[in-house]
Amino acid sequence: MKLESKIPSGPLATKWERYKFESKLVNPANKRKYDIIVVGSGLAGASAAASLGELGYNVKCFCIQDSARRAHSIAAQGGINAAKNYQNDGDSVYRLFYDTLKGGDFRSREANVYRLAEVSNAIIDQCVAQGVPFARDYGGLLDNRSFGGALVSRTFYARGQTGQQLLLGAYSALSRQIGAGKVKMFPRTEMLEVVLVDGHAKGIVVRNLVTGEITSHAAHAVIIATGGYSNVFYLSTNANGCNVTAAYRAYKKGAGFANPCFTQIHPTCIPMSGHYQSKLTLMSESLRNDGRIWVSKNKKDERAANDIPEDERDYYLERKYPSYGNLAPRDISSRSAKEVCDEGRGVGSSGNGVYLDFRDSIKRLGKDVIAERYGNLFQMYERITAENPYKDPMRIYPAPHYTMGGLWVDYDLMSNVPGLFVLGEANYSDHGANRLGASALMQGLADGYFIIPYTIGNYLTAISRDAPTVDHPEFKDAEKIEKERTDKILNINGTRTVESLHKELGNVMWEKCGMARNEKGLKEALNKIPELREEFWKNIKVLGTNEEFNFSLEKAGRLADYLEFAEIMCQDALDRDESCGGHFREEHQTPEGEAVRHDRSYSHVSVWEYQGVDKKAKLHKEALKFEEVKPGVRSYK
Amino acid sequence: MGRGSFIVDRIEIHDTLFTIHYPQIMNLTLYIWRQRNAKDKGKMVTYMADDISPDMSFLEMLDVVNERLIEDNEDPIAFDHDCREGICGTCSLIINGRAHGPEKGTTTCQLHMRHFKDGDEIYIEPFRSRAFAVIRDLVVDRSAFDRIMQTGGFITINTGSPADANALPIPKEDAEYAMDAAQCIGCGACVAQCKNASAMLFVAAKVSQFAHLPQGQPERMKRVRAMVKAMDDEGFGNCTNQYECEAACPKEISVNFIAKMNREFLVSGLK
Ligand SMILES: Cc1cc2nc3c(=O)[nH]c(=O)nc-3n(C[C@H](O)[C@H](O)[C@H](O)COP(=O)(O)OP(=O)(O)OC[C@H]3O[C@@H](n4cnc5c(N)ncnc54)[C@H](O)[C@@H]3O)c2cc1C
Ligand code: FES
Repeated sequence: MKLESKIPSGPLATKWERYKFESKLVNPANKRKYDIIVVGSGLAGASAAASLGELGYNVKCFCIQDSARRAHSIAAQGGINAAKNYQNDGDSVYRLFYDTLKGGDFRSREANVYRLAEVSNAIIDQCVAQGVPFARDYGGLLDNRSFGGALVSRTFYARGQTGQQLLLGAYSALSRQIGAGKVKMFPRTEMLEVVLVDGHAKGIVVRNLVTGEITSHAAHAVIIATGGYSNVFYLSTNANGCNVTAAYRAYKKGAGFANPCFTQIHPTCIPMSGHYQSKLTLMSESLRNDGRIWVSKNKKDERAANDIPEDERDYYLERKYPSYGNLAPRDISSRSAKEVCDEGRGVGSSGNGVYLDFRDSIKRLGKDVIAERYGNLFQMYERITAENPYKDPMRIYPAPHYTMGGLWVDYDLMSNVPGLFVLGEANYSDHGANRLGASALMQGLADGYFIIPYTIGNYLTAISRDAPTVDHPEFKDAEKIEKERTDKILNINGTRTVESLHKELGNVMWEKCGMARNEKGLKEALNKIPELREEFWKNIKVLGTNEEFNFSLEKAGRLADYLEFAEIMCQDALDRDESCGGHFREEHQTPEGEAVRHDRSYSHVSVWEYQGVDKKAKLHKEALKFEEVKPGVRSYK
Repeated sequence: MGRGSFIVDRIEIHDTLFTIHYPQIMNLTLYIWRQRNAKDKGKMVTYMADDISPDMSFLEMLDVVNERLIEDNEDPIAFDHDCREGICGTCSLIINGRAHGPEKGTTTCQLHMRHFKDGDEIYIEPFRSRAFAVIRDLVVDRSAFDRIMQTGGFITINTGSPADANALPIPKEDAEYAMDAAQCIGCGACVAQCKNASAMLFVAAKVSQFAHLPQGQPERMKRVRAMVKAMDDEGFGNCTNQYECEAACPKEISVNFIAKMNREFLVSGLK
């Protein structure tokens, strides 16, 4: 496997400008001769499909939901970062770059992160021009709030529904291109295989989720923008349909999977309440602007929150990290919550929670201001828990939320498979070992609106313009393999339901490869996962047929991929014998419980190459070179 | 949490909090629409849903029923869902005659079983409408909404380098008004609840959002004409001011936007 990062030479701040200047351009008259497949219609996929359609390419866009507008990006609440410095509080492209690199615990590429910060401002301009109703102040200018891991206010937001508004913006741009005939949309269609012809990605095989029909689509290039894999934990803040299938199938065809163990556990989610639970609900990080996190100083304190006097409360984030306080980054906040709960100081009947308290800010600002800022989140909390957060503090606990790992890409956002590009959460590029809040929306839109339209040209100008066709045997073979696979799943007729097996896998992953990991646990998981996989192929129970709307079958297919993928995740976590960002190996911590990185051995991207289902994947390393910033100990004290 | 498993509702009257206790576990009778595919005639089928916790969401209750059906070798009930937090607009269901059930401003996925009680009978049907064909059981085809959007639900601007976002201040009230309209999740409850199967609220929300922003002005007239025409072509009915749509809307989008759109449409005809 060749891993060429293709980072342009020259000073960091001019790399992207130079790259754009040196790029080969596709003659505008020829663009219509190129067909491009975009899998995914979230922020990354919709923005890419719309922008490429506007440029004149022929685009086919696929998504599993019944409408492009329902991609999981719609659920993002808090906001999107940009280096506008509208607040005059000292922000700049360089600071956003630095914060993101440091937030990622120095496990990402400088050049990619710098470019992300550089294009961030254009995203806000673009979205405003599309009619995205961001929050504004009384002078009519855009308002900002703060997110974790930053001391400036650079997050733009639309109430608690920023992802919704940004996605509807991208969806409207996409709708315009569909109306204009430049993009053809395929909703309720799941990508199952990427098809390689002579080593290049030349198309995909899909299943129509309504009719079950399995068909092929050919193109000059394939873009995967299918989101993250947090649902490997079963319970996460992600939507039910989020899956690793598209990315994992590409991996099985030779694309490298980078840093699969880098997953983010979000500190502020509603704790689990019962065994029937189907998802965990996020309470936006923006709440940490005004909410204070605490638990009692005493173990097993049974008193109601409001009966615990001030001097018996432990505002542990403020105590441990006085300069960032409640705005410490996510990995650190989550671990601290786990720590106090492990000490027996957790709240709620099961002890798996900490308080997020608005008492002081309601006193300071009034209930109305708090309601204006977070009203819909408070309402959502009340709806789920039947508790009133204006009166009693919220109870929160960490939950799987985001995956920094993903398919490996170079500076062009192309994987090591020529012609296969990967955007958004599905790639690994910008967030290192931990993502800062409000940076995923930024990255998805940066990739789709402002990067892929430039970088794809370099690939297209180097290949033949001949019309792509599905007449290669590779397509027929892939279709056949998929049909056999679905038949096999339907014919097992076992006793185990998909949900119950997925829950079991999730449990193993949460216990052994969740917020804290150690060698022993990871080895146990690596023994357990093949057993679960065997259970699936021997004993799964999926009713119905392929030729109909069959959601059990859909879910079974996705679970089968998770059951293989989970193994490289644990393998990666075992191999990375250091703590960094969201990857906390208990063996590597300071006496105070802070993560200890080992730059000498692990300042690299771990890229896994598929070798076969029951074979250990092969590890490749892309060394990370820091020319601009010297990786330091990440301190938020 | 333990607490929620028996305290089911708390209501506030004159600042005093009253707690209503319900039994911990409920047994329910469900009447559910089953239809194998678009061609099948379909019928209501009765299911017993025992041991339901009040802390479950409505969809989690259906998950439990489905797990039991699969164990009994019966096809599980198909229903649409994804985010399960009230924002993607995928979930639907007519529950006891109401789109998204009895709670105001709540999607089905956010509706909790604590709003029902032991022994209840619950009727569950798809979002039915001329323009929304049934795909299977409770799953319908809402692609007509997408097609309406494709005719004018956008501002014509290519990705590129627009002016600085703060170059054009927008009064806070206007931005808030636009946001009130933009909150629509496109679920189709408005259509499903309306006896005329009108999509006016859905279309009006989009039209009003853009009509209230400076960026939306150049295409304002063209947009409203195109979207209204597309809506008619898709077979949605007329609005006869019943306001059922607003009552059913999980985002409580106001019917005032319909009035706004009617004005826009009238003016567009004059231009
Ligand atoms: C609850 C929540 C809140 C969040 N809040 C914030 C926030 O405030 N700020 C922030 O920056 N980030 C936030 N994030 C993270 C952010 O929302 C996501 O990382 C981002 O939206 C991912 O965008 P995407 O385009 O990469 O993928 P997605 O939006 O997940 O889109 C994936 C697309 O791929 C399609 N797809 C998937 N699999 C297949 C397949 N096999 N075949 C065909 N199509 C497929 C789907 O249909 C969908 O269209 C939040 C995440 C969650 C879960
Ligand atoms: S499932 Fe997303 S709104 Fe209900």
